[in-house]
Amino acid sequence: MEGPDRLYDRTPGVEDQEPTANFLSYTTGFGLAVLLTIASFIVSQTDLLWPPGIPAGLVVLAFAQIGVHLVFFLHIGTGPDNTNNIVALAFGLFIVLLVIGGSCLIIANLNANMMPTPMNMPR
Amino acid sequence: MTATTLERVRPELVRGRGGGGPASTRTVVAYGFWIFILSDITMFSALFAAYAVLSDRTAGGPTASEVINLRHVFIETMCLLASSYTCGLGALSAERRQPDRYLVYSALTFVLGAAFLLIEIADFADMARMGAGPSRSAFLSAFWALVGMHGAHVTSGLLWLVYMVAQVLAKGLLPHVLRRQLCFSLFWHALDIIWVGVLTVVYLMGAR
Repeated sequence: MEGPDRLYDRTPGVEDQEPTANFLSYTTGFGLAVLLTIASFIVSQTDLLWPPGIPAGLVVLAFAQIGVHLVFFLHIGTGPDNTNNIVALAFGLFIVLLVIGGSCLIIANLNANMMPTPMNMPR
Repeated sequence: MTATTLERVRPELVRGRGGGGPASTRTVVAYGFWIFILSDITMFSALFAAYAVLSDRTAGGPTASEVINLRHVFIETMCLLASSYTCGLGALSAERRQPDRYLVYSALTFVLGAAFLLIEIADFADMARMGAGPSRSAFLSAFWALVGMHGAHVTSGLLWLVYMVAQVLAKGLLPHVLRRQLCFSLFWHALDIIWVGVLTVVYLMGAR
């Protein structure tokens, strides 16, 4: 552990060894990712669940999976050096949700308001 | 309380907020590359939006459940996950200056990534043969664009990995080589995150 003066020595180009991860964290992440993947496949194929609820379940599992990847593989954590990464991630997520959600909303609206003609009948 | 005193007493309040001097080059490089990855994900979100909007516009052609082979998709997913794991272990070996382990893990990463790509290309060839090419329907255009774009990213990732290994062999694990390796592993893990989205939206929801 260096003294406080060491903190001011960090100039660009000077590497300080930041132990971001270890074998255990990658292995934990891999195990969790495999479990969540298998769970997703089971949920998508099973007859035991209420069918209309399955897409919601798959989305929840996908978000859990993405969380595992972010924390254990990409090391997006709560550390002080990660503050900027988290803010950028939040903004990226906002744009992604805006693009996907907005497109779905607008096209669903257009479809609902479209006069049915032989040319644009669904399927 | 001056900044210096605060830093001595509660360093966690100062680090990452401009205190303690400039961030290390490693942190800055990782941040810049993270911004690129987020812009790449934003680009993918447009393809996801197109797929979500067009997935039931099959124009009398094959539907999602008819063109999807879930068994192949499961093997593909496991290959990509395992390659992400070996890529992470390779990054760890590189940081610990263990070039031999780095090379072994990178070779594994390449083999698993290539296996993913070969299965995907074989599936694409099957689809093209059964008349489910990208020009058949709006659904298939969106499908080929989204899945194909991910496949193109995996291809460029594999090329990048070869280039990375060549740099490590030629130059050794120097600080700037390590930073490039860090960017590669961020890219490879991000591809896995995008695959989670493709798997859920295209394959698991489509195969039902």
